Amino acid sequence: MSDEILLKVTIDNITVEVPAGTTILQAARKIGGDVTPPAMCYYSKLQGSGGKCRTCLVEVSKGSEKDPRPMPKLVASCRTTVMDGMEVKNITSPRVLEARAGVVEFLLLNHPLDCPICDQAGECHLQDLSYEHGKQGSRYEFQKRTFKKVDLGDYIQLHMTRCILCYRCVFTADQLSPKREHGVLDRGDHAQIATFIQKNLHNEFIGNVIDVCPVGALTDKTFRFKNRVWFTKPVNAHRHCDKCCGEVQLWLRGDEVFRVTARKDEWGEIKEASNGKTGWICNECRFEKKNLADWIIEGPTNVNRHSVISQNKYVGLVKPTETFPKIMKGRNPKLLMDIHSVSEVNKPNIHLSQLERPAHSTDFNQ
Amino acid sequence: MGVKLLLAKAHVEGIKNYDVYRREGGYQSVEKALKTMTPEAVVEEVKKSGLRGRGGAGFPTGMKWSFIAKPEGVPRHLVCNADESEPGTFKDRYLMEHIPHLLIEGLIVSSYALGSNDTYIYIRGEYAWIVDILEKAIAEAHQNGWLGKNILGSGFDCNIHVQRGAGAYICGEETALLESLEGKRGNPRIKPPFPAVKGLWERPTVVNNVESLAAVVPIINMGGEEYAKIGVGRSTGTKLISACGNINKPGVYEIDMTISVEEFIYSDEYCGGIKNGKRLKACIPGGSSVPILPANLLLKTAKGETRYMNYESLSDGGFATGSMMGSGGFIVLDEDQCIVKHTYTLARFYRHESCGQCSPCREGTGWMEKLLLRLDKGEGKMSDIDLLWEIQSKIEGNTICPLGDAAAWPVAAAIRHFRDEFEWHVLHPHEAQVRNFGLAHYADPLQVPAGA
Amino acid sequence: MVQFSEQQMQEFNRLVKRYPEGKQKSALLPVLHLAQESFGGWLSVETMDYVANLLHLEPIEVYEVATFYSMFNTQPVGKYMFEVCQTGPCMLNGSDDIIAYIKEKLGINVGETTPDGMFTLKTVECLGACGYAPMMQLGKHYREHLTKEKVDAIIEECRNNAARNN
Repeated sequence: MSDEILLKVTIDNITVEVPAGTTILQAARKIGGDVTPPAMCYYSKLQGSGGKCRTCLVEVSKGSEKDPRPMPKLVASCRTTVMDGMEVKNITSPRVLEARAGVVEFLLLNHPLDCPICDQAGECHLQDLSYEHGKQGSRYEFQKRTFKKVDLGDYIQLHMTRCILCYRCVFTADQLSPKREHGVLDRGDHAQIATFIQKNLHNEFIGNVIDVCPVGALTDKTFRFKNRVWFTKPVNAHRHCDKCCGEVQLWLRGDEVFRVTARKDEWGEIKEASNGKTGWICNECRFEKKNLADWIIEGPTNVNRHSVISQNKYVGLVKPTETFPKIMKGRNPKLLMDIHSVSEVNKPNIHLSQLERPAHSTDFNQ
Repeated sequence: MGVKLLLAKAHVEGIKNYDVYRREGGYQSVEKALKTMTPEAVVEEVKKSGLRGRGGAGFPTGMKWSFIAKPEGVPRHLVCNADESEPGTFKDRYLMEHIPHLLIEGLIVSSYALGSNDTYIYIRGEYAWIVDILEKAIAEAHQNGWLGKNILGSGFDCNIHVQRGAGAYICGEETALLESLEGKRGNPRIKPPFPAVKGLWERPTVVNNVESLAAVVPIINMGGEEYAKIGVGRSTGTKLISACGNINKPGVYEIDMTISVEEFIYSDEYCGGIKNGKRLKACIPGGSSVPILPANLLLKTAKGETRYMNYESLSDGGFATGSMMGSGGFIVLDEDQCIVKHTYTLARFYRHESCGQCSPCREGTGWMEKLLLRLDKGEGKMSDIDLLWEIQSKIEGNTICPLGDAAAWPVAAAIRHFRDEFEWHVLHPHEAQVRNFGLAHYADPLQVPAGA
Repeated sequence: MVQFSEQQMQEFNRLVKRYPEGKQKSALLPVLHLAQESFGGWLSVETMDYVANLLHLEPIEVYEVATFYSMFNTQPVGKYMFEVCQTGPCMLNGSDDIIAYIKEKLGINVGETTPDGMFTLKTVECLGACGYAPMMQLGKHYREHLTKEKVDAIIEECRNNAARNN
């Protein structure tokens, strides 16, 4: 591994080194934070996914060390591989931010915005996306496109009206099951996910389409309208399963198991299981094991503090008894975030507000 | 009379048949190429000719050919794009209907240059009867030893197959075409990889327009350098223009790219002027996707120079005051046509043809269509015009394939040049239903007041 | 039951043979055309499943393709389908009037079939006959430079053909 050639890529002025073949999005995820473009259709565990939703568009201001010409159009970061010396602008590019706001508006155009009655609310990527990148209100004054709800068997409900056509569920069926039974029918603005003939989906891994769905188009019928996700408490648990890894997340209220899902990482994707493979779970684990006794509890799931799911999870939390002066050996900080006045490293004559981009250590070495 | 290279023999009695075509000098380029030239030399001739892709994008054909990857043991393919679907364009149909052997001849030479043993013609499904014409021509070529195994003793094998599409404009986009040829939905692929590396069945593939491939025949016959002498600047050779709309003589014309737009519209050799003695209002010079120009900017550039029918001159002024050669679909609008309505039909077309894969195009095209319909019906608001502008700007450049741009440009150009007509629709909703805006100030040289 | 005749089967084999080994899916569009022509002008679920079976595909792969392309009908259509172009260049030459005339003449709206199952009226987007506008597709061929008189003659012709074939 050590002789692997690493490529340098700079995203929003932050440089990382990544192996050849890495996409801009993967490199940005390595950096993390706001530098990472949002992705609604790309799913690193699904081959061929990505490129469709256009939320991850970025500006390539320098193609590579060899060919520094900028790319004329914004590119889908999930499907563009990095070149050595490439420079990418995400949140530092007004063009990107404007295009992204446009994409969000397009995605919401025909979306019902029925979050109050949607099971996905609270863990919906489209919700997050519109909060972070969208604008208030809609300029669309026409009737929205609607579809009838479809039952795909006992476990899954398809609510096509909410779908953003990311194709993830199609890739999932293609790659996890021997026989794909649903797909994308019709084209253009009336394209839809469907089975064409009213058909139940049978494959024993098909429940994973619920986990990959970024919106509330595919929901778990065993959980439908039972609870809001932020009222339930996620814990990690496992059981011995001869079909899948058996490593899941239980969504509890008291001792009652409301829902079982696969474990997700910080990008909302299904995590690797302890066997090193993607932790897809089978229908039995997902839909049929709703007794706490079926599972061995490992402990609470880490939930991002900013997620609505962390609401109420800190009730009864005991504040640390140590005060700041105690931790800082007697010195009481005036303002924790005010690096201008307390920093002895940063030179006060350099005005951060005058930099066009996030500050970098080299800015202070002048 | 300009030079005619492709259609010179198109009206010879019986030219559809092999015997007549051969007697008129057909298949000489195959003899020349396969007997006296290496494949590389053929590519070189095409490069020298300066031939630019005739499908719309105008990318140099020789350059495209030289990009094809040649991995050991992997077959390569040439695919002929006959999915002509751009509104206003019907030149390839004309060529295939009238002189099918010219395309077959061009395909054999090009297949030889690229090393394609199985070459496919992907033709739009609606041209069902042309499939028969092409298959007959292919069969005749087979019988006479121009196709099959070891053609002319050169050791080169080649077969040509005709594949019918089934009604999807998007399949004119080369990667969507390849998907369709593989028996899938016509969803454009996300590039890279480009077809030259991974195309049909993941094999290196070149996709060329019918007219480009037909042009290879005269290029080989006369030599690339001679071909490049025809035309002007980087617009070499001849171009087929399909003229339609409100003109006296709609049809397909071969031009050598040295004539002016004015001559093309008004001379009896070409369009023969505007129908019913009316005046010219506007024109889309290169197929519905390219910007529409009002008469005053069409005949003369913004600098006041005469505009010519070639790549450079038509695009003079960029999108602000110019347009594009595109596919050569020349749509003429007379003084009684309504720009709002016309733009609406184009927006409807693009909404209908969007594959639905990426969000800006899937959602944006439908939104634009609805707004334009509302404006056309006199139910629009002033802010709708700005909104349209904004929507098209959010689609343009942000989609997987060029259909997004193609849908955005006509709307942008219509608002750019005819904004007052849109506003008139908003301000006079009832009047707009019973009569048209007229010429206004678009026409040159007479000034006609708005709404008069 | 849906089944190709011997002659249709020959055509099927010819179509499949055009592609390399293992790429028989490529024949899907031509085979669907063949199936549509052979089995009443539209593709029923049974027909599509039959095609899927012939080409060793999953049925959903066929449904996906059949619903994508506008020339494939997944609902029954009349014996004669008038597909009238309504895009820009045809509109400039009066396609709206032609469509209105056909509607009136046949007493149906766009997308509908006459009660006797004879005619279906459909509007389509650009068919590449802009110089010969207004136009429509009828079966395999185009009918161009349409006028009201021509439309009358075409309807008459269809009725006569149908009567002769009965």
